[in-house]
Amino acid sequence: MSALLETRGLSRSFSGLRAVHEVDFTLPEGQVRALIGPNGAGKTTFVSMLVGRLAPSSGTVLFDGRDVTGLPVHARVRLGMAYTFQITSVFLRLSLHENVALAARRRLGGDGLAVERAVREALSRVGLLEHARRNAEELSYGHQRLLEIAMGIAQKPRLLILDEPTQGLADGEIADFKALLGELARETTILLIEHNMSVVMEVAEKITVLNFGEVLAEGSPEEVHADPRVQAAYLGVPDVAG
Amino acid sequence: MSETARILALHAGLVALLLVLNFVLPAYPQGNLARIMVLASYAIGYNVLFGYTGLLSLGHAMFFAAGMYGMGLSMRHLGFPAGPALLAGLGAGAALSLVVGLLALRTAGVAFMIVTLMFAQAVYLAILLFGKYTRGDEGFVIPQADRVLAGIDLSDPFNRYFVALALFSFCLFSVLWLIRRPAGRVLVAIRENEERARLLGYDVFAHKLGAVVASGTISALAGAFYGLLFGYAGASFAAVQYSILPLLWVLLGGAGTIIGPFIGTLFMFYLIDLTSGLTSAYMLIAGVALVLLTLFAPQGLAGELRKRLWRWLP
Ligand SMILES: Nc1ncnc2c1ncn2[C@@H]1O[C@H](COP(=O)(O)OP(=O)(O)OP(=O)(O)O)[C@@H](O)[C@H]1O
Ligand SMILES: [Mg+2]
Repeated sequence: MSALLETRGLSRSFSGLRAVHEVDFTLPEGQVRALIGPNGAGKTTFVSMLVGRLAPSSGTVLFDGRDVTGLPVHARVRLGMAYTFQITSVFLRLSLHENVALAARRRLGGDGLAVERAVREALSRVGLLEHARRNAEELSYGHQRLLEIAMGIAQKPRLLILDEPTQGLADGEIADFKALLGELARETTILLIEHNMSVVMEVAEKITVLNFGEVLAEGSPEEVHADPRVQAAYLGVPDVAG
Repeated sequence: MSETARILALHAGLVALLLVLNFVLPAYPQGNLARIMVLASYAIGYNVLFGYTGLLSLGHAMFFAAGMYGMGLSMRHLGFPAGPALLAGLGAGAALSLVVGLLALRTAGVAFMIVTLMFAQAVYLAILLFGKYTRGDEGFVIPQADRVLAGIDLSDPFNRYFVALALFSFCLFSVLWLIRRPAGRVLVAIRENEERARLLGYDVFAHKLGAVVASGTISALAGAFYGLLFGYAGASFAAVQYSILPLLWVLLGGAGTIIGPFIGTLFMFYLIDLTSGLTSAYMLIAGVALVLLTLFAPQGLAGELRKRLWRWLP
């Protein structure tokens, strides 16, 4: 498998605080990778540099073998990255239909029928089709998260970056989400930041652990789960220990 | 009736009503309405940027004036007939909005408001400075003999109303078309959540620039027609008051609605017209009415209509 995404010495500091430090990271095409780590480990900062929301202090990002470090956000998205925010970010005053249509139209242009099809498909996959005419602000928080994932699906990305997608979802919704992730895994490469260990253990093929901005461990779910350093980093976080 | 059919019926209905009014109205309201339609075209242009893209400009008078003076000066000094003079006004507006957009869009929010205000002040002062050509504050009259377009005498009230209506319909339907296209939907997306739009792969800067140019060019077209139809170009049209007016019209009528700019312009025109006939403190009454409206209809008249009755209103 060739690397779809690679970072070399990627770093970012905030006025002296090393949020991400010298991260070398390789993600092969087609893999589902989980990125975990305690609060403040630098996960969001790291993926923000991947999509270009944040400029690195140093280091490079390669996407599909191409150096994209200097490219603006929209250009990287055009190359095939998609990103869902940790703090839900949708178009609250627009309908669900229009939210997803905006995601699909960038790829499909003015082809109304194709856009319509893509919108229906994406909304039904997250189970929100019946709400298509409602405005996003009328949805529960959990449903807004699902809407954001539908927008990701409608973009048909090569790399889908999900920043804590299950945050705020009810248990039943999480079960559905795991199933959805399983399906998506067959279509695209996924980088998943997740605190819910049952999701990570069931879905991820490989896990990268970030701690204080550096890669602490990397390996299969079993390896990472057994790693004493990881357990130490998570001390007091019952999810991993249990 | 499908949504598209309903939308077309409403806006075409308005145009048809205005057309009929030309045959039945007495001279005074006929003249008023012609003026309102040209000013509403200006407001429609302003609304592209403010209502649909979410960018508040405090300097749109410079675009209105660019159209007016581009038209007027090319007639006065270069001997252009009406048609080419209108095109000169249009071109001046397009060029100015491109330059202003490229520079002002490096800023956002309050800074964008200030920068547009400053550019407009510069244009206003330039008009005064080159008084030799522009006749400064006093302005200049466009002779009746020159106000002929395709053989039509524009100083005739009936013709003038008709041309004002043609301009208004053109602006109304162009913007309706624009905001229903994918590019127009992106403008709304930028207004609602700029970062999300960017992360869907849209070039936010390019779309905003397009919005500034479309908005500025429509405003300039309105300015060019205003000068031609009413026979006068003056520096007061470039002053800050003419930057604030379209903002008020759009806010009153409903920002981000197609029909709102017309409703707002009509409402404010008659509010001032009627109250000034009653009392010398008419600006006070107009002010109170504006405050009441912003309190009880914060989305503007058409905005409230959309919220309460017609969710499909574009
Ligand atoms: N814009 C910023 N300015 C200053 N400090 C920041 C900024 N963004 C993040 N940080 C700091 O960088 C560190 C890493 O933050 P980041 O949000 O990347 O962590 P995270 O792993 O995503 O945490 P969480 O699991 O809570 O989402 C934290 O100490 C945070 O306070
Ligand atoms: Mg985070």
